Amino acid sequence: MSDSRADGLEPVIGLEIHVQLRTRTKMFCGCELSFGEPPNVHTCAVCLGLPGSLPVANAGAVHYGLMIGLALECELAPRSIFHRKNYFYPDLPKGYQISQYDEPLCRGGRLGEVRIHRVHLEEDAAKLVHVGASGRIHGSDVSVVDFNRGGTPLAEIVTEPDLRSPEQASEWLKLLRTTLRALGVSDVNMEEGSLRCDANISLRPAGSDAFGTKTELKNMNSFRFIERGIRAEIERQRAVIGGGGVLEQETLHFDPASGTITSLRSKEEAHDYRYFPEPDLLPVAIDEEMIERARAALPELPAARAQRLELTLGLSAESARLLAFRAELGDFFEAALAGDADPAPPPQALANWITGELVSRLDDGADPADSKVQARALAELVGIASAGGVSVGAARQVLDRLVAQGGSDPQAIIDAEGLAAIGGGDELEAIVRAALAANADAAERVRGGNAKAIGPIIGHVMRETKGRADGAEVTRLVHEQLGI
Amino acid sequence: MSADDLLALTAAQAAEASARGELARDELFELYRERAFADRAAGAAGLNCFTWVAEDVPAGAGGAERAPLGGVPLAVKDLFCTRGVPSQSGSRILEGYLPPYTAHAVERLADAGAPLLAKTNQDEFAMGSSTENSAFGPSLNPWDRERVPGGSSGGSAAAVAAGLAPWALGTDTGGSIRQPAALCGVVGLKPTYGAVSRYGMIAFASSLDQAGPLTRDVRDCALLLAHMVGRDPCDATSLEPREEIALPSAEDLEGIRFGVPEELAAEGIEDGVLASFRASLERARELGAEVHDVHLPHAPHALSAYYVLAPAEASSNLARFDGVRYGLRVDGRDLLDMYTRTRHDGFGREVKRRIMLGTYALSSGYYDAYYGRAQRVRTKIADDFREAFELVDFIVTPTAPSVAFRLGEKTADPLAMYLNDYCTVPMSLAGIPAISIPCGLSEGLPVGFQIAGPAFSENRLFEVAHALEGSFEFDGAQARV
Repeated sequence: MSDSRADGLEPVIGLEIHVQLRTRTKMFCGCELSFGEPPNVHTCAVCLGLPGSLPVANAGAVHYGLMIGLALECELAPRSIFHRKNYFYPDLPKGYQISQYDEPLCRGGRLGEVRIHRVHLEEDAAKLVHVGASGRIHGSDVSVVDFNRGGTPLAEIVTEPDLRSPEQASEWLKLLRTTLRALGVSDVNMEEGSLRCDANISLRPAGSDAFGTKTELKNMNSFRFIERGIRAEIERQRAVIGGGGVLEQETLHFDPASGTITSLRSKEEAHDYRYFPEPDLLPVAIDEEMIERARAALPELPAARAQRLELTLGLSAESARLLAFRAELGDFFEAALAGDADPAPPPQALANWITGELVSRLDDGADPADSKVQARALAELVGIASAGGVSVGAARQVLDRLVAQGGSDPQAIIDAEGLAAIGGGDELEAIVRAALAANADAAERVRGGNAKAIGPIIGHVMRETKGRADGAEVTRLVHEQLGI
Repeated sequence: MSADDLLALTAAQAAEASARGELARDELFELYRERAFADRAAGAAGLNCFTWVAEDVPAGAGGAERAPLGGVPLAVKDLFCTRGVPSQSGSRILEGYLPPYTAHAVERLADAGAPLLAKTNQDEFAMGSSTENSAFGPSLNPWDRERVPGGSSGGSAAAVAAGLAPWALGTDTGGSIRQPAALCGVVGLKPTYGAVSRYGMIAFASSLDQAGPLTRDVRDCALLLAHMVGRDPCDATSLEPREEIALPSAEDLEGIRFGVPEELAAEGIEDGVLASFRASLERARELGAEVHDVHLPHAPHALSAYYVLAPAEASSNLARFDGVRYGLRVDGRDLLDMYTRTRHDGFGREVKRRIMLGTYALSSGYYDAYYGRAQRVRTKIADDFREAFELVDFIVTPTAPSVAFRLGEKTADPLAMYLNDYCTVPMSLAGIPAISIPCGLSEGLPVGFQIAGPAFSENRLFEVAHALEGSFEFDGAQARV
């Protein structure tokens, strides 16, 4: 997976992910969360930071935080505390963000091949809207603040620097998203900002244990931009190091439009956040009952699902992982299996058809449940094909129809289109005999031991049968008639 | 009842008269409203106790016959948010600020029949011991108008002492109720931390701030507190009291053990104050109390720890005053310039000094040496009290090291000003309740006697204070205007 090159440098990548939690109310007040409402309608004295107002921690957010901690196999702190992170900005009405610092809710953990450093709870900032040319605060004519988002609960998930390439980072983030979606704790929509990702990036000689100077890359608000941004930053660092320069520890901004990276602030300009324990809140005390409640709320997680599909259904590890890590495919697969199709499809064949043939016919990332294909119909088609009732090629044609038009009865399509497999009977034998006659040279070469020469003969049969013949059966008949 | 008769009533007596139907609807409110208004209208000739006085009797104020507080009007420190009424915390940066909601304690008292009469002057953001740090000019001590009323709840203390309000709310962070109560000759209680909701109090130092009553006598103090305490779901640090607050009636101190900590009752205390304090201990013995020497070995470090912790919290609490959403805004070239100008013009010197102190104490690399260490001292001080309360029932000290000092006397010397809190800060750091009651005069000025008890010992504190009060026979009426 590592992305090291001729210069022998290996990228080291860690991610910081902010997840907006889908609680009913905000992190520290009773305002409802917002979904595209007019500005500043979901606000109160607390989330506006009015004088005299006080925060009260949202128990629902703590519950979600524990679910995330359990799903990521973290250690849950019996006692964690909120800190104030102090800095001035117009989107931060109190002049500090209530976050967690050295005593977070969850520590340690693992998801797939990546270790989790910590998970903590905090509040989101409000949304600044810069009116004017640049769309950023510098150079805008007016900046206005929408406090609807301010105070939305966030879980911040920090990984260890275990990722080694932009593609791996993006793939792993998809797994995290699937996991969080399965938990039901967030909408995990990058475009809408409910899942946000920063990356810490450095380079080091491949195989080294040391870390190079890292930079923090912000504002990558889609999976595509994550890959592009990290790749661009790796290239930039390679160029600096390759040119004999020294990297500076800094915070960077990725502009997806131009693909360029600009410095937000250097190490010297880094904020001193003056963290101290939030005196308006009590420590978050976690007891067994809360942990049990969070555990009971956990659905089957992708990693466990993959294991189950592999062990109980005999799927290959690769198929099990594909279905589990794209939960919508796994759901479709299990719905198809449960649909008492007749004949019933073998699980592995069904998995292959879903992750291969079906996915390739749908839009990238689309949920098959949203397509016209009915799970039970696909199961039946795969069942018929597996029983030899229709050839693979013909089954693909039926699937084309199911994708385009839907329908619950693949057998009816097979019958109506005359796609039924030509069995081992006289008809196919005659067609094979004719094919051998028409391709006498090829037949001789096959007889002489050249297995590859069978291609034109099978092609002839398939043309004649419009693909309804089963390839394996045709091969068997060729061999039989050639006496080999 | 004549105006003089009305004025002579304590708040509890007035509430009782109201319950018996002997007070006409709105009569008391109108009397005090006129007196408060006159002080405000007198300008420099008045005491400058108030930043706002009600123009009308609030609807239903006098109609509170059945309400337990009988419609007895309440003066409230400026920093309590009161809906539609200026709540400025004594600061230019909040001048004219009208909150959209009312502080929990004020609302509860209004519901219980103590309608809002006026807002009282204070040191800016409760930082000070004289009200000289108010953006709206100092309040004066009714015992001697050339002297300060103490602070930061100086307006509340002076108003009660002068008979401009029957009772008042203050807040105490390191002594801001008890010290002005002492300097003005009234009763002031800092309750157990968490006993009263802080929701709606413009914060100074969140882990120390507590609301409490300033009253003419101990019964009034208990009556007002009874309707303030309680868990508020909007304040995560508030606690449900273990018992209801009852009106005290004790007249002796049989079986009560007082502890006098040498650390807070000797060095640095003015001779006249010390003499008055010792005479008070004699009266306590006469009432049956035992008086023991106790030690609070870490108490001498309380002030140092306090002046790290309180400014640290304040530096963060006051960050919201940035000119973006409310209060003063001074436009600038860019965002940083706007912040800088707004806060430069909006905050007074003492507030800026403490923001700087607190910012420094929390800075990376200094946190452990200052904030962390101060927190450890705080724990030690709480332990000291816990150990002392195994030997005695209450700790008693002079409330303030001196009687009311002259205006301007300490404004140039912040450290001298900070020493006013020497005897009151340890209890604040420990989170325990402490009451100051007037115990006599020194140089014709009131002296305060402080009694501190374990957490949530308010009822016992009131009983003891009530017995002592009867014995001290302090005459506060001479300060009334």
